Order: sequence, then structure tokens, then C-alpha cells
Amino acid sequence: MEKVSKFSLKDVNLWYSDFQALKNINMEIPANFITAFIGPSGCGKSTLIKSLNRMNDLIEGCRITGDILLDNESIHGNIDVNMLRKRVGMVFQKPNPFPMSVFDNVAYGPRTHGIKSKFRLNEIVEKSLCDAAIWDEVKDRLKKSALSLSGGQQQRLCIARALSVQPDVLLMDEPTSALDPISTAKIEELVIKLKDSYTIVIVTHNMQQATRISDRTGFFLLGELVEYGKTERIFSVPKDKRCEDYITGRFG
Amino acid sequence: MKRKKPFDFIFFLLTWLSIGVTVAVFTLVVGYVLINGVPYISPSLFALESTALNPSLFPALMGTLMIVGLSLILAVPLGIFSAIYLVEYARRGSRFVKIVRLTTETLAGIPSIVYGLFGFIFFGVFLGWGLSLMSGAFTVSIMILPLIMRATEESLRAVPDTYREGSFGLGAGRLRTVVRIVLPAATPGILAGIILAIGRIIGETAAIIFTLGNVARMPNNLFDSGRTLSAHMYTLANEGTHPGEAHATAAVLLLVVILINALSSWIARFVKAS
Ligand SMILES: Nc1ncnc2c1ncn2[C@@H]1O[C@H](COP(=O)(O)OP(=O)(O)OP(=O)(O)O)[C@@H](O)[C@H]1O
Ligand SMILES: [Mg+2]
Repeated sequence: MEKVSKFSLKDVNLWYSDFQALKNINMEIPANFITAFIGPSGCGKSTLIKSLNRMNDLIEGCRITGDILLDNESIHGNIDVNMLRKRVGMVFQKPNPFPMSVFDNVAYGPRTHGIKSKFRLNEIVEKSLCDAAIWDEVKDRLKKSALSLSGGQQQRLCIARALSVQPDVLLMDEPTSALDPISTAKIEELVIKLKDSYTIVIVTHNMQQATRISDRTGFFLLGELVEYGKTERIFSVPKDKRCEDYITGRFG
Repeated sequence: MKRKKPFDFIFFLLTWLSIGVTVAVFTLVVGYVLINGVPYISPSLFALESTALNPSLFPALMGTLMIVGLSLILAVPLGIFSAIYLVEYARRGSRFVKIVRLTTETLAGIPSIVYGLFGFIFFGVFLGWGLSLMSGAFTVSIMILPLIMRATEESLRAVPDTYREGSFGLGAGRLRTVVRIVLPAATPGILAGIILAIGRIIGETAAIIFTLGNVARMPNNLFDSGRTLSAHMYTLANEGTHPGEAHATAAVLLLVVILINALSSWIARFVKAS
């Protein structure tokens, strides 16, 4: 049985000024799955993941054609881009907590969307931090600056911050590339746990990570989606020679 | 061993010499002003009225504070909002931004006497404000506008884009992102710019004498003339009848600047903590 699609990408092309970064991407991203994007540096993984919540809008000279549907509704149509970003949360490659307290970092999102009650905010902050598996480490220092946390803690705080607005989708662009193996393991464990409630799209350069956590994998090369399918299948019997070369490390 | 790296040693000597000369010059100037000025600081120097026999600096002190306050009220919001527009709203690297930047840079380089002349003709004569607090404050605020704009622009630009991305990524709009995330992060830099501007106002003489005038009394209202500490000092030194009081005024001027700097850094720390 085919899964319900969270995102449907139809003939997506994207240009940065004259440079075409995405070429004719067609793909279905299933709900409550972990979908991994892999491929060599500069192939357009970040570009694609940022198109899913229109973070590309902020980039000068970025043009996109084709369409992206979220729950069968175009994200370029009659939709409030802030509401889109509330539904489609994002965790960035480098942890980027705001220069404010741990509490305020997590409360920023809900406050943005109009929640004022102190009680409600306390509840949301605690729940988000618990869901991001960092509550025990920070519960005694909620008033401390978020910048005093370790890199791994900062990244989990950023995940908590993304969860605080109750998104449907979590986009993660190499969330563990700046972290040590222990923090990485914690985040992978967390991502698998979050799968039940969220659709997750993750960019990774780590093949093991893709096999460990993802259900679907897409392999990109020079802006094209070369191969896309079940993760086990991609990593055991890749159809495309270039994909095989890449995952076996023979890519040159 | 040491012989192997002669350049290291020469470089070390150069930096050491430079800091030595800098500290010496600074100490000399401050020491000179304080030694010659402090002995003449007396209660009569702060008398409400300034007369030919007792050149009290009190009216000038008040005049300085009023000019500083008024021109900051005019220039700070304008400068900060303009910089916010340039950095956060205008298309980055657009021709408009470049032209505005070139203009502010040019304005920052114009000698203050030119501002004085413009202020005198435009505010004083054309608008009929005469020699007054208004003419003075407007002129000086135009003078410090580029300073505040530049400082704000630079500190906004120094705020990493990752903060903005984090905020937009949560569904916050541009206004909220600027007010809640970018501005707080940029505040110390903006304050530093304001301090610099205050220093520039306090030290200004030429443009002030042209627009505020130089009468030895406190302005009674916005359209009244007055003088500032630096103009007061200039006048005393020029007349040559009260050299001691001139030095005392210089010492007070110095103290005021130090006080304002201390106050500003205290405010900066307070803002950062909250
Ligand atoms: N803001 C931009 N302006 C112009 N070109 C860009 C911009 N961002 C990315 N590109 C170009 O688009 C292409 C894809 O970039 P992208 O960041 O999506 O790659 P990536 O697959 O995420 O690479 P990495 O694995 O190194 O993160 C690259 O050739 C890059 O140079
Ligand atoms: Mg990338």
C-alpha cells in the first residue's frame, strides 16, 4: 500500500540568478517517514530542503518554477508563508540558538504565534524540551543564556525550538555534522522517536546515518534527483551507477 | 636562538614603542588639562549667572546638555530607522543602497563649519529660527546622523544571518525578527555609535557658534540662544582675561565626557543583561 504524501514535488526547477541549482525534481515525500537526501557537496540538497518551507524566498535572485504541494495544497499559492513555516519547521546545520535564555529560545515560537499565558508557555517549553531529549540537562538552567550550552545541547535546543510551534514537518539540514558521536547518537535516537508524530526530511553526508534512520533515500547529483526509493533498496541494490559509486565511496 | 628571528623582535619593539607613545601623549594631554584646570574649579564657577567678572560655566554646561539631548532625540531614531531600512528591508547591494551609503559617507566627511554655515542660513535665516537651541540642535543632528547610521548599519550587518533564519524558520515575520532578534543583538554596537556621536556634539564649536550662538546665559526656551562648554572655553581662552577658568572649563568638559562614557557603558551592560 502506498503511503500518504506529505509533499509532492512537481517539475521543480530552481535558479540562483543564472545558475540552475535544481533540475526537474519530481518526488513524493511520504507522511510520518524519515526521508534522507544524500549526494556530493553542491548538488542542491540544502537548496531543495529550503524550498520546502520557502526559506529560499529570502535569497536575492532565487527563482523557482514547477510546484510543491503540502497536503495537496500548493505552498506557492494563496498561503501565508509564516503559517507555512510554522507547519514546516527547520533545524539548521550549525546550531543557531538566539542570544537569549534557554526558556526564551523555546518560548519565542509560541509567543510569535500569539501565546501569552505564562502557564501555557511553561507547559510548551517543558514539553518541547522533553521531546527534544534535553529537559533533564537544562531544567535547572532555563534562565541561563542558551549560548552557554554545548554544541550538542544547542542543537537539541534548536530541535525543541522547532517543535515548540507544533509543526507537521521537520526539515533538518545536516543537523549532526557539527557534533561529536555521542551527541549525534542522541539526535539520531531522537529523530527516530519523533517519526511517529512528524514527517522528517533530513540532509546528511553520513551514509551510515542515512541507513540507520531513514525510510526513504534520495540521491542527488548536480541538481538532479538521480535515484529515489526505499533506503534498504538504495543501499543494497542501487540502480544507477553514479549512485552506487557514491554510496560505496568510489565517487570521484 | 633569538637571533634567528630578528623581525619578531623588531615587530615587538615597534608595537611596544607605539603603545608607549600613545599612552604618553594621552597622559600628557589629560594631565595638562587637569593640573592647570582643577585648582581653579570652585563653587563660583557653577554660579547660576555668568558675568564678566565671574565667568561661570553653569549656563554653558546646561547649554551643552540641552544640545546633546535635543539633537539625540532628533538624530537617533532617524538614524536607527534608516539603517534598519537599508540593512533589513532594502534589496541588498541595490543601487539605491549604494547611493545612500555614498551620501552618508560624504556627509560624515564634511567639515563641521560647513554644517554651521548651512544651519545658520537654512534654520537661522530661511526658517527664521535665528541663533537658537532649535537651529543648533537641528544642525548638529544632521551632523551626527551619518555617524549613527553607519554605526547602526555596521552592527546590524554584524548580526549573523543564522539568527534571522532561525526566526523566519519559526514563522516570525520581518518586523518581529528585527525587533526581537536583530536589534537586541545589535544594541551594544548602536550604543557605541551614540556615544561617539555625543563626543562629537560636546566637542563641536564652530557649527554651534554659528547656529546656537554664543551668549553667556542659559536658553529660556527652544528659540533662545545660549552657548556650550566648548564655545565657552573657546571664548574664555580667546579673551585671555580668565586663563585659569578656561582651563577649569576644559577639565569639567573632560569630566563630562568621561561621565557620559561611563554612563553609556553602564546602560549597555544593563541592556545586555535584561
Ligand atoms: N545563495 C546562493 N546564491 C547562489 N548560488 C547558490 C546559493 N546557495 C547555493 N548556491 C549554489 O547552488 C548549488 C547547490 O547548493 P546547496 O547549498 O543546495 O548544495 P548542498 O547539496 O547542500 O551542498 P553541501 O552538501 O555542501 O551542503 C551550489 O552549486 C551552490 O554554489
Ligand atoms: Mg547543504
